[in-house]
Amino acid sequence: MKEAAVTKERLLGLAETLYDQFEKGIVPYLALPSRTKRNIEYDQEGEVWVYGDQESVRSVKTVRGAKSVLKTSYLVELLINEHLKNNRGSTLREIYYISENWDVAKFGEQAESDRLVEDLEILTSLLREDFHVRPEEDGATVFGPLTISEKTRRGERTIHCQEDVGEAGYQIPFNVDNVEFKDHDAKFVVAIETGGMHARLIENGFDQEHQAILVHLKGQPARSTRRIIKRLNEELNLPVVIFTDGDPWSYRIYASVAYGAIKSAHLSDYLVTPAAQFLGVQPTDIVNYDLSTDKLTDQDLQALRSELTDPRFATDYWKEQIQLQLKLSKKAEQQAFAGKGLDFVTRVYLPERLSEMGMI
Amino acid sequence: MEIAEELAKHQKAISVAEFFEKNRQILGFDSAPRALITTVKEAVDNSLDACEESDILPDIFVQIKRRGEGFRVVVEDNGPGIVGSEVPRVFAKLLYGSRFHALKQSRGQQGIGISAGVLYSQLTTGRPTAVTTKIGPTHSAGRWELMINTATNEPEVLKTEETDWDRPHGTRVEMEMEGSYVRSRRQSIYGYLKNVAIVNPHARITLVEPDGNVEVFERATDQMPRPSYEIKPHPLGMELGGLIKMLRYTEKKKLKGFLQGTFSSVGAIISSEICERAELDPEMAPQDLTHAEATRLLAAFKGMRLKSPPTDCLSPIGEELIRAGLEKEYRVDFVATATRPVAVFSGNPFQVEVGLAYGGELKADGKVDVLRFANRVPLLYQQGGCAITHAIENVSWKSYSLSQPGGGVPTGSAAIIVHIASTNIPFTSESKDAVADVPEIVAEVELGLKEVGRKLRRYLSKKSALSERKEKEEIIRKLLPRISKKLAELLERDEPDINPVVAKIMGNLLVRRSVVSENGKTAVTLLVANYGDAVRAFKLHETVSVEAGSVEPPARVIPLGDGYDHLWKVSLRPGEKQKIRYTVPSEGVSFSEPVVEGVPSELVSGAKAVG
Repeated sequence: MKEAAVTKERLLGLAETLYDQFEKGIVPYLALPSRTKRNIEYDQEGEVWVYGDQESVRSVKTVRGAKSVLKTSYLVELLINEHLKNNRGSTLREIYYISENWDVAKFGEQAESDRLVEDLEILTSLLREDFHVRPEEDGATVFGPLTISEKTRRGERTIHCQEDVGEAGYQIPFNVDNVEFKDHDAKFVVAIETGGMHARLIENGFDQEHQAILVHLKGQPARSTRRIIKRLNEELNLPVVIFTDGDPWSYRIYASVAYGAIKSAHLSDYLVTPAAQFLGVQPTDIVNYDLSTDKLTDQDLQALRSELTDPRFATDYWKEQIQLQLKLSKKAEQQAFAGKGLDFVTRVYLPERLSEMGMI
Repeated sequence: MEIAEELAKHQKAISVAEFFEKNRQILGFDSAPRALITTVKEAVDNSLDACEESDILPDIFVQIKRRGEGFRVVVEDNGPGIVGSEVPRVFAKLLYGSRFHALKQSRGQQGIGISAGVLYSQLTTGRPTAVTTKIGPTHSAGRWELMINTATNEPEVLKTEETDWDRPHGTRVEMEMEGSYVRSRRQSIYGYLKNVAIVNPHARITLVEPDGNVEVFERATDQMPRPSYEIKPHPLGMELGGLIKMLRYTEKKKLKGFLQGTFSSVGAIISSEICERAELDPEMAPQDLTHAEATRLLAAFKGMRLKSPPTDCLSPIGEELIRAGLEKEYRVDFVATATRPVAVFSGNPFQVEVGLAYGGELKADGKVDVLRFANRVPLLYQQGGCAITHAIENVSWKSYSLSQPGGGVPTGSAAIIVHIASTNIPFTSESKDAVADVPEIVAEVELGLKEVGRKLRRYLSKKSALSERKEKEEIIRKLLPRISKKLAELLERDEPDINPVVAKIMGNLLVRRSVVSENGKTAVTLLVANYGDAVRAFKLHETVSVEAGSVEPPARVIPLGDGYDHLWKVSLRPGEKQKIRYTVPSEGVSFSEPVVEGVPSELVSGAKAVG
């Protein structure tokens, strides 16, 4: 986290750029990297996917651009004069509601204000936490042989993520950097897409038997979830595997953890765990374990084809898996393993896959 | 007995009526909603044709009532009426009519329509059709109850009586039939009559729906359509069988006379040239031609360069009335129309008219509405198989500002209306739902569509230039001042001068004064910049309370009561800038806003504009 003074300075710098453009008779504009699939590239050094050189320009030449610049100025004012000055914060949704008073600068929908906050992150090279902006969603839950200490508003708490928590696990705060890892007895981290499978692994005692930290992704993972996975990987040196459904949408979940998301590629350095490996469900598992399947829908097929042109999936492994799935025209859920008995996933599938991957 | 003899016992003639009884889809009675629409269509077509032939402004009344499981359909007109002796055959004999043999533009042709309705009615309910008709104010009205004897295709009169009717003349048909009444779709009685009203703006049509709701399609003009005339066949439209039949039954004594008297576009010179080419004696009797000779005669026709058939036989709607018809039934922002010159296919003259309505209440999502008409009759079914639709699909609408995702019929808030008038519309089937793909017709429709397309493009580009100007006004009046104010508040500075930015966005002439004080003197610079795309020549006035020194370039100075007007003549090409410099003492000098003389005020930023 940056000092409030630094944050304020950078936000004011942005306002100053626009002001100077007026003074110099330049039609004011803001230039941002374009946030599309075509404009992300692999950063060799950081081993993550970041934005390329393509820029999209928001100029006051158009009504849209002018409104966007006006909204940016209002948002900057809110962040400086309310958040930073008074050490307060708002959620993304609250910002959307606050804009009700901004007249023509009012946001049309929350997606718009969310995007503008991300834009400010890019323009200032800061994080939304630096602006005291919080997400709505809960962070993920963690379960496993790990002791942490969390700075809360009511003092510091030390928690063991098996012994001090209920069945639901330890819920991480949205600002993961308030958490400190104290001690652990883990060999690896399993991040799981669905709540059902997360609970299955806890019920079957997988965390104890294999000394695993289980992280529930809750679908497309929140930033805090991705951040804690990265920290577990980097600070504790634990390998990470991702266990999701076997469909194109789940591969994107994996991609956002391991390679970065197209929408937040500017935060890749902060959120992405390049060492994370995909465990399954793989299309080859559908064949090898003869899993119950559903037919791919038209949207599924489209998503798979689009992944074939996604630079994040341009590896031999993924090409092979995606081509196979297109040929099978089938998908399988994590919970399909239940068809072979409730213990099958922890007794057979996971141990087999994990030893294949060299984890156990 | 031989098998063939055995089989022969079972062979017998089938009456037309029996044939249609078993093949009702051919005539458009294949579904319950469609049967009602087709019946109304046939009756209304007859009424409109009859009124036009008698020069009467049509006033047509249509009523649909629920009757038990089925419906009672009433169609009444103010037409000329029908002579009593003809009534049974007009309504209760298939293929009986006045227009089948006439080469003339009319709605009905085969004489099947209304009698098919009568047949359908008796098939589905077993009830007769009632016809009331009156031919003039001094005559009494007659009322008939009729059925068709399907074995013989002859009318059966169940009842006939004289009756009182308050109309001076007209015809009323009532029949009961199975069916189902739909309202919402275009393929409905309501939709059909609405379309009839568009292309027949001289007609008033009243519809009473089963729930009692009354819709009146009011007339938009008192002007009757131009009457259509009957013409002689054109040689290029002939087929061998028809030619042989005409040769055999003609009253002419000589081939030469036959050719001149029977065909259009054939005079004395042409007729002898045809005979020469066919190696036939112009003096021979037409009845004596052998099959081979008739074949040669037809071949000679095809080899001739002939005048087009006469075109006054057609009655187009006219651009003005297409516009009136569209504007009457739709609220729209813009209408373009096009009328093509008369063209010919296989000796049949035809003419294409196209209208395009845009904006207003027309929905922007989805395909544009396509309204197809043939001889003023709306075509409701088989849109995909129609030459009109194919022509629409062939046009590249993107060049006319309509999107056409994946080809086909374009999308957008538009309606396209195409009318084909001809003495012989080539339909794809007897139910007259779609026009066949005759290359000449498709080509003409395409040309008409492109013409209205160009008009649409012009309209839209004018509109977008206007809205662009409007958009820019919004930027400079509402958004830029707020942005500069907000930035100044944040940075705790003075508001920046937004004039240079405004001038650039609007393409205006910018005047900007900057002032630097040094050593008790003030150096003033006037920057004049032309951001527009035209040359600007104007006078620039700078009024100062004292006379300026070191003026560069020199100015004309006009002393005023309380100061001096400094005047420069300036001419700037697009993108050109000029700086004007002068000095004044630092103390006790006041300026007023620079004035530009000779540029409209909306094209000037940073200075006052005067005429």
